[in-house]
Amino acid sequence: MSISLTPTDWIGLFAHFTVLSLLSVGGVISAVPDMQRYLVAEQGWLTDPQFTSSVALAQAAPGPNVLFVALMGWNVGLNAGGGLTGGPAVWGLAMLGVCATMAGILLPSSILTYSATRWAHRNRELRAVRAFKTGMAPLVIALMLATAWLLIAHHDDPRRDGPLWLLAIVTTLIVWRTRLHLLWLIGAGALLGALGWV
Amino acid sequence: MADPDTPAPPLNRPRSRADLFVSFTVLALQGFGGVVAVVQRELVERKRWMTREQFVEDWAVAHVMPGPSVVNLSMMIGGRYFGLGGAMAAMAGMLLVPLVIVLLLAALYSGVAETPVAGGALRGMGAVASGLVAATGLKLVGALAKNPMGLVVCAGVAVIGFVAIAVLRWPLFWVLPALGGSACLWAWVRLAPTGAASRSPENQA
Repeated sequence: MSISLTPTDWIGLFAHFTVLSLLSVGGVISAVPDMQRYLVAEQGWLTDPQFTSSVALAQAAPGPNVLFVALMGWNVGLNAGGGLTGGPAVWGLAMLGVCATMAGILLPSSILTYSATRWAHRNRELRAVRAFKTGMAPLVIALMLATAWLLIAHHDDPRRDGPLWLLAIVTTLIVWRTRLHLLWLIGAGALLGALGWV
Repeated sequence: MADPDTPAPPLNRPRSRADLFVSFTVLALQGFGGVVAVVQRELVERKRWMTREQFVEDWAVAHVMPGPSVVNLSMMIGGRYFGLGGAMAAMAGMLLVPLVIVLLLAALYSGVAETPVAGGALRGMGAVASGLVAATGLKLVGALAKNPMGLVVCAGVAVIGFVAIAVLRWPLFWVLPALGGSACLWAWVRLAPTGAASRSPENQA
C-alpha cells in the first residue's frame, strides 16, 4: 500500500493521538475502536490487516500494550514511503510515524497523571484521597479479571477451544499458587500453540 | 506464599534513577500480553518496594488516570522516590528497549505472519497472558481484607464491576464513574474521622 502524507497530515496524526491520550481512561486499549475508525476508515492510511496485526503483534511482544500505537505509526510511515522496498527514506518516515503517534498518546496523559499523582501523594492523608483509593480498589481487581476474561472469551467454540481454556486455567492456578518464573509459562504457551496442541 | 500472620519485614526502595531504569526495563521485557502481572510479582513479591495493599491503591490510580496504565504506574513509582527524573527514568525503562524489540519483531513478522506456526504460537501466548492477568487479580483479592469498606461491599463492587464490563460489555466510561464513584462515596463515609481510627488501625502507616 502506498499513500502520501502532507506535513499537515503528520500534525493531524499527532494531534489525533493527543486527544485519544486524554480519552483513554482505563488503558489505551479502550481507544482502539476510535483509532481503527480514524486510521483505516476515515483517512485510509492503514489497511485493516495492518491495523489488526499491529495490535496482535504488540500483545505478543514483551512490553506494555501501548506499543501497538508505535506499530500503527510505523506502518503509516512505511505506507507513506511506498512500502519496505522504498529505500532508506522509508525508515525515516516510519520513525517519524512512531514519534508522531507515541508522543501524541503519551505526552498529555503523562503530564496530567504525573501532576495529579504528585498532588495526591503529598495529600495522601486527606480523607478524599484515601476514600478514592479505598473505593476504587475492588473495582480495579474486577477490571483485571474482566481483562483476563476478554482475552480468552472470544475463543468460544467448545470443541476447538477447549484445550486453550484449559491452558488459561492451568496458567492461572500456577501463577496464583507458585512462584514459577512467568517466562516459562509464556514459552510453554507459545510452544503448545506452535505445535497446534491448543 | 507469604504468611499473613507473621509481621512483614520493612520494605526496600530503588537505589537510584539508573536502578529504576534497569528494573523497569527488566520488568517490561518479561511482560508478554500485559506487564501488570510482572510488576506485581517483581515489585511486591521479589524486590518488595511496596506492599500488596499499596500496589492495589497505586494500580487503581494508574488505571483511572488517562493513558497507558502500566506507564502511569511506572511514572508514579519512579516519581515517588526520585521526583520528575525518577518518573522519566522509570517510564523510559518501561518503553525504550521494548519499543526497539517490537519494531524489530514487526520487520521480521511481515515475512511469517501467515504461517500456521506463528498464528498458533500467538494463540497459545494469548491464553497464557489471560491466565497471568487472572492470577494477578486473584492474588490482589487478599488485599481487600484490610479495606475499610468491609469485605461484603468490596465483593459486591467487584462482582458487579466484572459482570458490567466482561459480561454485559458496558463502556468503562460509564461503569467507572457510576460504580467507582458510589464505592468512593461509601469509603468516604467509612473513613469518617470519628471512631474510624479505632476500627482501622492498619491505616496509620
